[in-house]
Amino acid sequence: MTGPSEFRVDPDVDLHVPADRRELAAHPVAVLGVIAAGGVLGALARAGLQAAFPHEPTGFPWATFGINLGGCLLIGALMAVLTARPPGPLVRPFLGVGVLGGFTTFSTYAVDTQRAIAAGAPGTALAYLAATLAGALLAVWAGDAVAGRLLARARVGAVR
Amino acid sequence: MTVLLIALGAALGAPLRYLTDRAVQARDDSPFPWGTLTVNVAGSLLLGAVAAVPASPAVTALVGTGFCGALTTWSTLSYETLRLHREGARGHALANALGSLAAGLTAATVGYALAGAVTG
Repeated sequence: MTGPSEFRVDPDVDLHVPADRRELAAHPVAVLGVIAAGGVLGALARAGLQAAFPHEPTGFPWATFGINLGGCLLIGALMAVLTARPPGPLVRPFLGVGVLGGFTTFSTYAVDTQRAIAAGAPGTALAYLAATLAGALLAVWAGDAVAGRLLARARVGAVR
Repeated sequence: MTVLLIALGAALGAPLRYLTDRAVQARDDSPFPWGTLTVNVAGSLLLGAVAAVPASPAVTALVGTGFCGALTTWSTLSYETLRLHREGARGHALANALGSLAAGLTAATVGYALAGAVTG
């Protein structure tokens, strides 16, 4: 059971959560180190997928689209698990801030949209803009819902 | 070489997102996630500028794919929007999602135009 002080909006770091407030002072090198390491892993995975599935400036950026939706699905599931079963102090910084934060990207999304408009494909730009927004929100909700259901089932199983 | 440059950029970008988020929240106690908006807009501005100049593949890997890619995030933005909606802050959720899109796209366009104007 988490009290109102555990209310979290930001999965990267939320200073309304006491543990988040303390973590940097408690383990500065470890926290920043695992975020950097996770960020490297996430970014390399993203770069690999983008290199494997390149797109023209007027084309739909399928690789980045899939990366961002996949990362949103996983952050929903990850935060549901971490909220239900509080882990060690470096798990959220490594997996959430580092790996998933480094894997997903907003800047490439914004610039690819802008480039598609500049390249004379406003229809593709608008479709990409809207599909990523709708897909990302649906994905984070689905990740949270599925993980929440599995956790509830595990609890029932443990009681039996 | 490209892999190392992406890794170096990401090793700086991801911790900088965390530190920026903390610094912004320490100044502003509102439930609106200004910290994430800050990094997403700053990263879009910088990547827009990188896209405008004939940058070498090394610069694109280090600054674009590595640094800007890891500095900015969709996973954090979507989770914040879900949480705000869940807590009944529907207006904040909508403003976070649509405001991020509008601000990010504007920043990318401004970065592109500025870098294009400076480099001629």
